[in-house]
Amino acid sequence: MSNTISVTLTVNGKRQTITAASDTPLLWVLREELKLTGTKFGCGVGQCGACTVHLNGEPTQSCLHALKDVNGKTVTTIEGLSPDSSHPLQKAWLVEQVPQCGYCQSGQIMRAAGLLKQNPRPTREQIVEYMSPNICRCGTYVRIASAIERAARETGAQS
Amino acid sequence: MKISTAKKPVNAGRRRFMVGTAGLTFGVAVATPGLQHLMAGAAEAAAMNNVGSVSLNNWVTVLTDGTVAIMSPAAEMGQGSLTALPVIVADEMDADWSKVRIIAAPPNDKLYGNPAFRFLQYTAGSATITGYFNNLRQFGAQVRYVLLDNAAQRWGVPLAEVASEPGYAVHPRSGRRLSYGEIAAFAKVPAQAPEVTVEPVAKAQFRLIGKDLPRVDVAGKVNGSAQYSIDVQVPGMVYGAILREPMEGAAPELIDDREARAIDGVLQIVPLKFGVGVIAQNPWAAFKAKKALKVTWSRKATGWGFSNDKGYAQFAALAKDPNAKGVAWETEGDAAGAIAKAATVFEGEYRADYAYHAQMEPLNSVAAVTADGCEIWCGTQSQTVAVTAAAEALGIPEAKVKFNGMLLGGGFGRRGNRDVEFIIDSVLMSKAAGKPVKVIWTREDDVHNGRFRPLYVNRIRAGLDSQGKIVAWHHRVVSDRVLAFMDPVRYKESKGRDNIAMRGTELPTYDIAHRLAEGLQQDTGMRTAPLRAIGVGQNSFANEVFIDELAAKLGVDPVEFRIRQLAGTPRAQRAKHTIEEVARMAEWGRKRQGRGLGMAYLDYSGTQVAGIAEVSLAKNGSIRVHDFWCVIDAGIAVQPDNIIAQTQSSIVYGLGLALTERIDIVDGAVKQSNFFDYHVPRMRDIPNIHIKLIQTRNHPTGAGQMATPLVPSAIANALHQLTGVRLRQQPLLPERVLHAMAEAGVSIA
Repeated sequence: MSNTISVTLTVNGKRQTITAASDTPLLWVLREELKLTGTKFGCGVGQCGACTVHLNGEPTQSCLHALKDVNGKTVTTIEGLSPDSSHPLQKAWLVEQVPQCGYCQSGQIMRAAGLLKQNPRPTREQIVEYMSPNICRCGTYVRIASAIERAARETGAQS
Repeated sequence: MKISTAKKPVNAGRRRFMVGTAGLTFGVAVATPGLQHLMAGAAEAAAMNNVGSVSLNNWVTVLTDGTVAIMSPAAEMGQGSLTALPVIVADEMDADWSKVRIIAAPPNDKLYGNPAFRFLQYTAGSATITGYFNNLRQFGAQVRYVLLDNAAQRWGVPLAEVASEPGYAVHPRSGRRLSYGEIAAFAKVPAQAPEVTVEPVAKAQFRLIGKDLPRVDVAGKVNGSAQYSIDVQVPGMVYGAILREPMEGAAPELIDDREARAIDGVLQIVPLKFGVGVIAQNPWAAFKAKKALKVTWSRKATGWGFSNDKGYAQFAALAKDPNAKGVAWETEGDAAGAIAKAATVFEGEYRADYAYHAQMEPLNSVAAVTADGCEIWCGTQSQTVAVTAAAEALGIPEAKVKFNGMLLGGGFGRRGNRDVEFIIDSVLMSKAAGKPVKVIWTREDDVHNGRFRPLYVNRIRAGLDSQGKIVAWHHRVVSDRVLAFMDPVRYKESKGRDNIAMRGTELPTYDIAHRLAEGLQQDTGMRTAPLRAIGVGQNSFANEVFIDELAAKLGVDPVEFRIRQLAGTPRAQRAKHTIEEVARMAEWGRKRQGRGLGMAYLDYSGTQVAGIAEVSLAKNGSIRVHDFWCVIDAGIAVQPDNIIAQTQSSIVYGLGLALTERIDIVDGAVKQSNFFDYHVPRMRDIPNIHIKLIQTRNHPTGAGQMATPLVPSAIANALHQLTGVRLRQQPLLPERVLHAMAEAGVSIA
């Protein structure tokens, strides 16, 4: 049986104190307690990436992190990536008209943001390898890869 | 987009009778500005009807600020028709697209049903654009007529002198102009819709059709704001999870819920006819409690003891039993007689495992049942079916069900069944709880309770004349029944013809005089549903691998062989062009070291598609697809880039079905659980995809799934070119490849 615990974490720049069962996955805390529903439930076992967020700056699957393990940590969700869809990836996603059903796309964008943070000019092969943990059942992969390349290009051009 | 030319005056020509009840009602409502930001959504649609004071309209509302609100009856699951349907209306009424706001139409078969789906408001079968196209052009033309007629009367000029530019009525002789918004301020709407003829598609001038307009649902899908039913939050809401019977008809006999009840946050255990529900304060508690339930199931269900192996044995025996008689799906000439007289007869058997939809959003819904009725929030392929099912489940009139249509996190055929069990789940749980309930299926639930593409055994016999031309074709399909399970209402009217299982056995462009396609659909007790490309996914696999086998036996190039079989009809001419074009793109004649090329062609509901796969084979028997070329001709392309997107999507979906996706049934229950044992394509699995869209001046036909069936057959045919070995069962698993190669005595190069 699980114990109820109180945990403090910073989500999209705001300190939040959550009281819930200690084994509650971060995913459900974000979605149902904090109403940040852009992070999606897809498989619950770290196989699809729909729930990808940044935990202390690193992309990770929020379904795999229990509340008891995230005390004091910093979380960024799709809602916190930019205030107005202005992140280069979000802009590129619109230009390439990437989403179809759209359900996986928050996770895809958050994972891609992690990639560009560590590798601002990834090759196509690096994109493919890095993005492969995330499933898109609509098969928008070709456009996801193009959008990441576009974002990398346009960010590079500005700096 | 720059438009300078005026659209020509209204052509108030011959009377045109429109099909269906949706045809004649329309209106231009006059409303005050104020709805600054209309978005797709039933709530907004309701708000629209409350704004202003003039007549309720069914499709178009012009506001005095120039906003043009257009109803869209389609469910949006990523295929884009929420946007594409209003484009058709806007084009014909000559609206300024930047002023158009799209409203999701409320559930109403009479007003918003798809003419191609017997006026059911049901988004499926890639039938949306093709089904609504003519009527929506007509409605758009009628709206334009009324706007221009009002302008003509205001100016005191003949209607024939008035033309339009996007968003404006113009009088070229005097240079006067009135915006549609200005006209809306004084417009009188006739009680009867005017008679207007639209230009035939062969010569119509389009302004918006054929342009790539951004889909309205995309912006919310890059920032997390898009709302699916799983995202719905209702005050006072609690959460539900359901442990469902392992197969249809196996009811709970003994329920041990002691452990489940002890979990923090669990509020209630709800015994159901088909399972056991848990109501909890949060989803996590509900999931844990569901897992902790111990249930003994009744052994009465048909499916107990069933397995894939048993199904294959039973189906294969039926497929070759000369005394078995199927339900005729398509009959042309005398297939049996012509086969008896043919110079040569060939025969082939093809199989397919069960396959799972795997839409990314696990099924879920929200319901709030009160003494006054019920409100539901769901993503469904049929708005009206959802309302009817909820009303029936509660024994209340449909008028007491309030429907909120949400975006679908994928559909692929899984959300169009008549009983919409994933919606009724929350209705029943809310009734039991006396509170709004969100029922969420876990991924494991979604797999275990899956409704699959059926298990298939297809057997084709073909008779050829001495010139190598196919003269007779007998295609027998043995599979689980689909229509009878997924939609008993439609099945009742079908005379036993299971269109979901049988579609794709027709060969509308091949010139074969004598044809019989017959179905022997079996009730094994397994849950089935349409799955992207329905029966075409397997029946076309059988057709196109068999055709390839015939070509090989006759020593004719497979591309050339297909072209030789084509009829002389205009439709077959389009087929020829499609096949030749894809062969050109792939450089069909060029041999590749260590690679095989395979081709497949399909006429899918009039859409012509052809594909070529280039594959290699690893030592472990796994097939790698390096490139896939595809040419598609779906007639008029309303949104060309969206057709490309849908074709990319169809190919990726077909790749999974071709290579890795399979469901195994063990003692009637589903063996697989999640994405670790049901493998769908990931980015690293995707070939280079090359698509060419051919736009022709034909009535638009489907685009949402047409390429899916090409992929398994093209890959199987490519494997044959590479190794000389035939695979006749989907998916083309490594162990099946290795087995076939061992049998043929072939080793991997």
